[in-house]
Amino acid sequence: MVTFWVAAFIFVTVGIGLIYTVIRFRRKPGQGIPKQVHGSTKLEIGWTIVPIIILGALAIPTVMTEFYISEPPAGDQLTINVVAHQWWWEIEYPESGVITANELHVPVGTTINVEMTSNDVIHSFWVPKLAGKMDIFPGKTTSLWFRADEVDEYFGQCAEFCGESHVWMKFRVLAEPISEFEAWQQKQLADAAKPTTPEETQGASTFVAKGCIACHTISGVLGAAGVIGPNLTHMGGRGTIAAGTMEMNQDNLREWLSDPNEVKPGNIMANSPMSLAYTNPNFALTAEDINNLVAFLHSLK
Amino acid sequence: MASIAGALRRPTSPTGLWRWMTTVDHKKIGVLYGVSSFLFFLFGGLEALIMRVQLARAGHDIVSPEVFSQLFTMHALTMIFLGVMPLSAAFFNLMVPLMIGARDVAFPRLNAFSYWVFLFGAIVLQSGWLLGGSPNVGWFAYAPLTSSSFSPGNGMEFYIVGLGILGISSVAAALNFIVTIINMRAPGMSLMRMPVFIWMTLITSFLLITAFPVITVGLIELYFDRTFGMNFFNSAAGADVVLWQHLFWVFGHPEVYILILPAMGIVSEVLPTFSRKPLFGYPVVVLSGITIGFMGWAVWSHHMFTVGLGPIANSVFAITTMSIAVPTAVKIFNWIATMWGGSISLKTPMLFAIGFIAMFVIGGLSGVMHSVAPADAQQQDTYFVVAHLHYVLFGGSIFAIFSGIYYWFPKASGRMLNDRIGQINFWLVTIGFNLAFFPMHFLGLDGMPRRQYTYQSEMGWDLWNLVSTTGSLILAIGILVFLHNFFRSLRHGEIAGNDPWDGRTLEWSISSPPPEYNFATIPTVHGRDAFWEEKYGHDGMNVPASVEASNATEEGHHGIHMPSPSYMPMIAAIGLSVAGYGLIYHFAASVVGACITLVAIFGWAMEPPAEPTE
Repeated sequence: MVTFWVAAFIFVTVGIGLIYTVIRFRRKPGQGIPKQVHGSTKLEIGWTIVPIIILGALAIPTVMTEFYISEPPAGDQLTINVVAHQWWWEIEYPESGVITANELHVPVGTTINVEMTSNDVIHSFWVPKLAGKMDIFPGKTTSLWFRADEVDEYFGQCAEFCGESHVWMKFRVLAEPISEFEAWQQKQLADAAKPTTPEETQGASTFVAKGCIACHTISGVLGAAGVIGPNLTHMGGRGTIAAGTMEMNQDNLREWLSDPNEVKPGNIMANSPMSLAYTNPNFALTAEDINNLVAFLHSLK
Repeated sequence: MASIAGALRRPTSPTGLWRWMTTVDHKKIGVLYGVSSFLFFLFGGLEALIMRVQLARAGHDIVSPEVFSQLFTMHALTMIFLGVMPLSAAFFNLMVPLMIGARDVAFPRLNAFSYWVFLFGAIVLQSGWLLGGSPNVGWFAYAPLTSSSFSPGNGMEFYIVGLGILGISSVAAALNFIVTIINMRAPGMSLMRMPVFIWMTLITSFLLITAFPVITVGLIELYFDRTFGMNFFNSAAGADVVLWQHLFWVFGHPEVYILILPAMGIVSEVLPTFSRKPLFGYPVVVLSGITIGFMGWAVWSHHMFTVGLGPIANSVFAITTMSIAVPTAVKIFNWIATMWGGSISLKTPMLFAIGFIAMFVIGGLSGVMHSVAPADAQQQDTYFVVAHLHYVLFGGSIFAIFSGIYYWFPKASGRMLNDRIGQINFWLVTIGFNLAFFPMHFLGLDGMPRRQYTYQSEMGWDLWNLVSTTGSLILAIGILVFLHNFFRSLRHGEIAGNDPWDGRTLEWSISSPPPEYNFATIPTVHGRDAFWEEKYGHDGMNVPASVEASNATEEGHHGIHMPSPSYMPMIAAIGLSVAGYGLIYHFAASVVGACITLVAIFGWAMEPPAEPTE
């Protein structure tokens, strides 16, 4: 921010100088040839030194901050592993074993250490209000740390172009009081809610029968142990669908399941041959299937 | 031997299309460069307009995300490699021999070759639009998004082969200008008497021949990965994908100075002429240019502050980046000091040159903001960067190029561009440009990422995007006004005469347009601002002496032996593009193309020298 005001000040100063020069020395009728000045060593030295001083002053806090943000401060830390996929976020809490997607629940006031790697191309983890961005690479691990000091919902998104649906690779950080965070973790570790209505029960069997289980895990549903797509065990409890693309509700779920490629162009659920429900006509979802799936998934609080 | 010589007879037809296709005259080649690159510039602008219309409102779907990705990739490639670079090359070609008092460049046929390779390379790069899809990974093309599994199809091949061929053109042209500038200056024109534009051309040429090999290595590695399944950028096989980023930006940052140094050169000619004062601090301006050229090699990782290179690397590159602001600032102060105490005439070239300074200051300052690495971790990949780079490349390079067009059009064509329309042109472009790009600073600081084909209304980005789109349309109208002025003036413009601006450098001492041989007698140079001193004496103390003494009198063509036209450069270039398509589709075509090029080079070497005219 200081840089901005320094820059603004320099711009105004130079701008005024420029405009003043142009107006003051504008050619007047009948004016002869002006004095042919070739330069001035004193001025040259002066206006070389002034920028050096300004930039030197800027360099000191730059380097200090650079070192400050590179290592998390000592003390209590929570590590979260993030695996970036085209185009969603897999989130793992190694201490408790919780696996979720597209939402980082964090205890307020705690230093969060995020360890990141990518499953495919380069992505970048960015929660503007909490920290600068850090790129995520396949085949290696990068990390960053942040601390949310207020209970709030923070918006995050992928900041490195990663293909067609780069824009739909969002996430949220939910900073909660420590007790709420613990309760949330306990809930995540439990199996999925049992279906209660006939539609939900039908939805659960459709989920298995149409091959969704090849990519998605729902613990508590027999055979649903795929690891290619997001873990859906508590999907209905998340705030958004399809990595922050839409709010979680039944209508949006229906829209998403009806035409995932429309919502998120190029995603593998709509296009990969592994995704039988969308690429193999024998497994195509009927309107009834979709209704049942919506009921089932939405019930997985 | 006689029969070979017969088959290799050089073309003589002095008229029509064939004359343009076989020309080796640096002025005609300059015009060819200028016209073709301006067409590409318009095309790149059209791509930008489509994107701006798409982003005018949240959720607009004028084009699909796939097409949008191709648009932003090709917009950057078109503007950089087919717009600004060859527009600079047009000025190099047109002006360098005239400004150093030479009759042509050192290697006229190589010069023609550079142009044709540029044109065919550009066609290869653009042909993706018609042949199944252009590259869609951004101009920086970060691995592994470029691998055959994430980018199937031929889009990336057009990128690889197109840029590879364009690199050949750039290196050939750069070598030509280095040799020309070092060896062919008029007697008396020592290095420190060269016009600053010539200095900047020289520095740019050195950057070109050193930067392009780096990207070429990267392109070849990428081609091998995609075509032969090698593992330069395959992380599954243990490669570090950051390698590509280093290769790309070690090229990419000097490239930025390749785009801006010629612009600085143009402005350094225009400001003194329209202030009627010599450039303030000439040696310092030259030295700053050289420093910028060198330092351009030491800042590439500032494009990679979010890669996680560690605090030491980030700090070092932050400091080198900040230090490059010093010579840049020094240049700006010297330009303003040039105007100080002068007698300023606000003709269109001068307006664009002053506009350049103002816009470039904004772009330079936002650049310094980026050099603060921790702050850049927020700004990186947002619209703030888009604003910054356009203030440097449009507000900088393109403003200077317009200044140069208005300044030198009379010399090249013999007619003036209309000044009144020029003023309208300037104000429309300036207002449109600032409306289009200044709001992007706000959008970027508000977190709008680049390269998103749409955004959601609840982000609150609608207003500034709409303003930006409106600005881009005004800017487009400004460009149309320029086209109108160009075509109108070409036919009806006021006759320029030799020296319409009371110029300072040698090109103004000869007729407009210059004769084929440029200088009937090679001038002798006695100081900087050679022609000014010839007119007014040293420091303007003397009464004009015998102005235009040497060249005003028509000496005719006697004894001036100019190189004859040749069709070999064009054939060699065609061969290269055939070979390039072969790399994309079938290697047999590469063999054929390589043979065509070889035969043409052989013919080039064996061509009989032209008969002396008399």
